[in-house]
Amino acid sequence: MTALDTLSRRDFIAVGAATGGGLALGFHVPFGIGAAEAQAGKAAELNAWLTVAADDTVTIRVHRSEMGQGSSTAIPQLVAEELECDWSKVRMEFASVMRHIRENRVYVSFATGGSRAIRDSHAYLRKAGATAREMLIRAAAKELNVPAAELKAEKGFVVHAGSGRKVNYGALAEAASKLTPPAEVKFKPDSAWTIAGTSPARFDVPAKVDGSAVYGMDVKVPGMVHAAIKQCPVFGGKVQSYDEAKIKGMPGVVGVVKIQNDTAVAVVAERFYQAKAAADALPIVWNEGEHAKVSQADIVQRLKKGLDEPGAKVRHEGDFDGAYAKAAKKVEAEYFAPFLDHACMEPMNCTAHVKPDGVEVWVATQNIEGSLAAAAEAAGVSPEKVTAHLTLLGGGFGRRGRQDYVVQAVQVAKQVGKPVKLIWTREEDLQHGTYRPISMGRLKGGLDAEGNVTAYAHTVCGQSIFAHLLPHNIRGGVDASSVDGTHNQAYKLPNCKFDYVMRNTHVPVGFWRSVGSSQNAFITESFIDELAHAAGKDPVEFRRGMLQHNKSWLAVLNMAAEKGDWGKPLPKGKGRGIAINACFGSITAHVAEVTVDRRGRLKVDRVVVVIDTGHNVHPDNTAAQNEGGVVYALTAALYGEITIKDGRVEQTNFDNYEMLTIDQMPKVESHLSLTRGDWWGGVGEPSMAPLMAAVCNAIYQATGKRVRSLPLKHQDLKWA
Amino acid sequence: MVAIKVNGTTHQVDAPADTPLLWVIREHLELTGTKYGCGIAQCGACTVHVNGEPTRACVTPLSAVADAEITTIEGLSKDRSHPVQKAWIAEQVPQCGFCQSGQILAAAALLKKTPKPTDAEIDAAMTNICRCGTYQRIRKAIHRVANGAA
Repeated sequence: MTALDTLSRRDFIAVGAATGGGLALGFHVPFGIGAAEAQAGKAAELNAWLTVAADDTVTIRVHRSEMGQGSSTAIPQLVAEELECDWSKVRMEFASVMRHIRENRVYVSFATGGSRAIRDSHAYLRKAGATAREMLIRAAAKELNVPAAELKAEKGFVVHAGSGRKVNYGALAEAASKLTPPAEVKFKPDSAWTIAGTSPARFDVPAKVDGSAVYGMDVKVPGMVHAAIKQCPVFGGKVQSYDEAKIKGMPGVVGVVKIQNDTAVAVVAERFYQAKAAADALPIVWNEGEHAKVSQADIVQRLKKGLDEPGAKVRHEGDFDGAYAKAAKKVEAEYFAPFLDHACMEPMNCTAHVKPDGVEVWVATQNIEGSLAAAAEAAGVSPEKVTAHLTLLGGGFGRRGRQDYVVQAVQVAKQVGKPVKLIWTREEDLQHGTYRPISMGRLKGGLDAEGNVTAYAHTVCGQSIFAHLLPHNIRGGVDASSVDGTHNQAYKLPNCKFDYVMRNTHVPVGFWRSVGSSQNAFITESFIDELAHAAGKDPVEFRRGMLQHNKSWLAVLNMAAEKGDWGKPLPKGKGRGIAINACFGSITAHVAEVTVDRRGRLKVDRVVVVIDTGHNVHPDNTAAQNEGGVVYALTAALYGEITIKDGRVEQTNFDNYEMLTIDQMPKVESHLSLTRGDWWGGVGEPSMAPLMAAVCNAIYQATGKRVRSLPLKHQDLKWA
Repeated sequence: MVAIKVNGTTHQVDAPADTPLLWVIREHLELTGTKYGCGIAQCGACTVHVNGEPTRACVTPLSAVADAEITTIEGLSKDRSHPVQKAWIAEQVPQCGFCQSGQILAAAALLKKTPKPTDAEIDAAMTNICRCGTYQRIRKAIHRVANGAA
């Protein structure tokens, strides 16, 4: 369990509302498979999660957003497994959040973050499938006039082995839907899985190769106008004035409105490019407020100072001070991790229509329930008056769990009286993110004469996500998300202490893929590597020594070492590094192989990923997440930094917030180490967490240079 | 009015000559497979073919393409039958998918000119950004087409 596992469902709704604020004829995102709609009229609903049509089509409803992580296939797999479906007859559609609101939160949660789509849903998804299966069997018992105990569900049929007779699901569905669901059902062990645990083609892929996939930005609503936004470049600042006369008469311009407590101006026009041109031409005077002089150096200085100041206790065991004083060898280091932006490929956007009788929104979000709540609040109506349509997401990574752009679109639409599509430019998107918090770590490790760790301390000083988002989650001065990946790893560390010093800034922060482990896995696993070298031990052997009590960690570590050719000699200028971390329910290890030439130019050649997700529903999709996780983490390690000057973000677009491209892509090899049979872990975030440390540890092997501050583009890696 | 030929059909477009082709395609022709990602020709999500050349539509003014043959993702094939589309499905390339129209069009243009590209040629031609990190599968899918396996 990581600290973030304790976040409640209520919290996620609150995130939706906190940031600002019809009948469920499901909005079918046209994946281009065109199936769900065709039979919708005739299908019998066995429970809220699934329908069975006369033609045997089984439509399974998905309550989590699809941002490329594959849940819109994995969720149906789990339901279909228990339902004993013929997979070729299975379709998916997104569950209706309006029905969810009407029917006492029947879909439990729409929040798609924390790598929780499977690990938090598996029990009720399997129950939905198993319950429907038993209802079909009982309907067949009546139909065939045999005891239910003699029947078996198999690939879309209920089969009577004794007589050889069988009935297809489509013929039973109507009768089955009228039966009372059984209270108790049994789940299959994964050794008996035939659908889950395999890698069928993802439902969402075909529509993503022909342009038919609909993202938020692609929504078309009759009579729609477009809005471009200018938000105060300094966080916390406000609009003082703007000169609308200067853009009057520009093509297509409908008007200018102030929104979000006068912190932003939206220019509305017939076309988006007209709105953008007019917004660029609009003279705006900002009252930049009290943060207009804050610089990156100020913030870094504050964090550095914070490391010397008293903090909150996270975990203390034994007597660190005494043991450290007595240590034969002492190692101390300070690490730095910058602000980062999510930079989803699809910039933030939302389409809204405020009508006399209610509000309608269309949005790419990681939490459509949060969007619905935010739209209701922004429009000043009750949630029952909101119709919220979920589209596909052009990336999420945590950014789309927030609802700022939904609030804005509703506020503009309310003033304009027409459907409005609000689109952020890339510049607005990069400069008004909810950034990965800036963070520092100070670590101390004491070793005895044999090179065993006898004392270990880690103080985290950084910005808290929960301090402004969900303050009730701060307990004893500790934001669990800020220290995830430090105190809660499996290493046996005697005489340890973990502390947290919260230093907040005016820069908005949020959940960024792998959250606390995005900094802390880099910091912890780099420092463990430092200790291994100080102890004169092989980094894998050193870690093994502290993991003897934990079979799962040990198995992941050992498999990574084996698959990653650990110990195999490399020529000069090449290095191999290992790192391991647990977050969001899974354990991941990376072995990175790098080449650094004498001039210090770095190439990451190969990454071996081993992950223990406990159960695994779609191995190929896990591999895809592992490949993508490597890219996301490597991009951050090489280039990623958001810096502050005059209170605002300095980076503006992909020309100065650089992205990894295909020429820098290492060869990624992905392996599963499923040691924990009763455990369900996440994938999206754990897939990337240890990578930055693995790369930096490999750089150390290649060059003898220890990287303690990211991004690498500022590091001199020259060697002789 | 400017006449442009997109996916074999000529359209009369009521937009100023300096309007970026991207927005003409998305808003006037309502072909939304072509994406906005950066607006400064960095990411390639807006890639279309102009006379067969992969072109970043976000910085291409309408006036520059008045006599050109333009192909968008919707015009690559009617039924996902283009070898690149088939390979993209076979290798399960897309994750979020937002950049993939551009990636596919860039790959199709590369393969037309260089039917059997080396990894270095793929690196040089495929400059589009994918934030989900599907590069390994993109490379595999391009090789798959080159090997005739799609």
